[in-house]
Amino acid sequence: MGHYLTLLASNIVVNNFVLTRFLGLCIFFGVSKSLNASIGMGMAVTSVMTLSSMLAWVIYHFVLTPFHLQFLTTAVFVLLIASFVQLLEMIIKKHASTLYNMWGIYLLLIATNCIVFGVPLINVENNYSFLESTVAAVGAGLGFALAIVLMASLREKLRLADVPKALQGLGIAFILAGMLSLAFLGFSGMISV
Amino acid sequence: MRELWDIFKKGIIAENPIFVLALSLCPALAVTSSAINSLTMGLAVMFVITANNTVVSITRKIVNPKVRVPVYITSVATIVTVVQLVLQAYLPVLYKALGIYLALIVVFAIILARAEVFASKNKVTPSFFDGLGMGCGFLLALLSIGVIRELLGTGAIFGIKVLGSWYNPALIMILPPGAFILIGYMVAGFKMLTEHMEKVKLERGEI
Repeated sequence: MGHYLTLLASNIVVNNFVLTRFLGLCIFFGVSKSLNASIGMGMAVTSVMTLSSMLAWVIYHFVLTPFHLQFLTTAVFVLLIASFVQLLEMIIKKHASTLYNMWGIYLLLIATNCIVFGVPLINVENNYSFLESTVAAVGAGLGFALAIVLMASLREKLRLADVPKALQGLGIAFILAGMLSLAFLGFSGMISV
Repeated sequence: MRELWDIFKKGIIAENPIFVLALSLCPALAVTSSAINSLTMGLAVMFVITANNTVVSITRKIVNPKVRVPVYITSVATIVTVVQLVLQAYLPVLYKALGIYLALIVVFAIILARAEVFASKNKVTPSFFDGLGMGCGFLLALLSIGVIRELLGTGAIFGIKVLGSWYNPALIMILPPGAFILIGYMVAGFKMLTEHMEKVKLERGEI
């Protein structure tokens, strides 16, 4: 039990996937302009990543390994995840329209995204068991949600600030992310997995 | 010839993938802690984007538009797998250093964007040069970030000591926050530069 909690906490704060491993930056900067959108995006990424990580684990251990096809991991995972997200979008649209209204539009944005694709890959590389890989994916998703919500709140405050012309937009967003990353750096070394 | 040069050139400054389009930022931050990693990553991306543009352009009349995105993804994934296997065989140290980010080339927005925006509508030669130009712009951006970070963070470039013992390395530059902050300033600098260039052109009456 303790092991799984450590893994979870480590992926949320210590090895935060956005701020220390730079995964999912495109959506991190693109969506964090508004707080509501960020919350929706955080939820979408967490759930999609958990499901696709479970699926990827099953495919890797029951299809790729028995047939010695590990060299195809990259190609198989990207097709698997892209098609899985499309399928998920269709199912949610048909059967859970309230959920679809909340974060359905973000699903297509994350169909081929670094973080959704990277986390299953990292899990496989680390030789995690099924449960470990699921917990790690949940942690990574929550970490992403935490980072994007913090960033969105900061950027909403930034609207009132007097930013030099050249820095406006992407420039100041990067520097802000740097400050946030600096704060998260304080957690490093607290937990080692 | 002139048109091809223009296609090649626009990827480097006017539509620089990192500083202007702000696409595919993950590698720009993750692998640039040293100049040699940036160079390898830049070359790998340049190869993938050029090869993929060529493939997409050759097959653009055969592929049904409805299934074009899966076709692009399959093509990119194949090319990336080739790059991975080659690097693993001949440059194992760099392969280890780049790690997961090499596989992540598959989902770089810039590659799919160029396939969709340019290669699917143009002939093979312009598509090739478009890929080459975009790849070059990407490589140069990555390399400049890598050189600055390594210089400030360790006082060396490509592992060779440049600054003397008087220089106290700012470790923060090779850690994640340094990457974010540096790119923030570089994006701003690039914006100022392009604005200035436009102003100059306007004064000369070229636009």
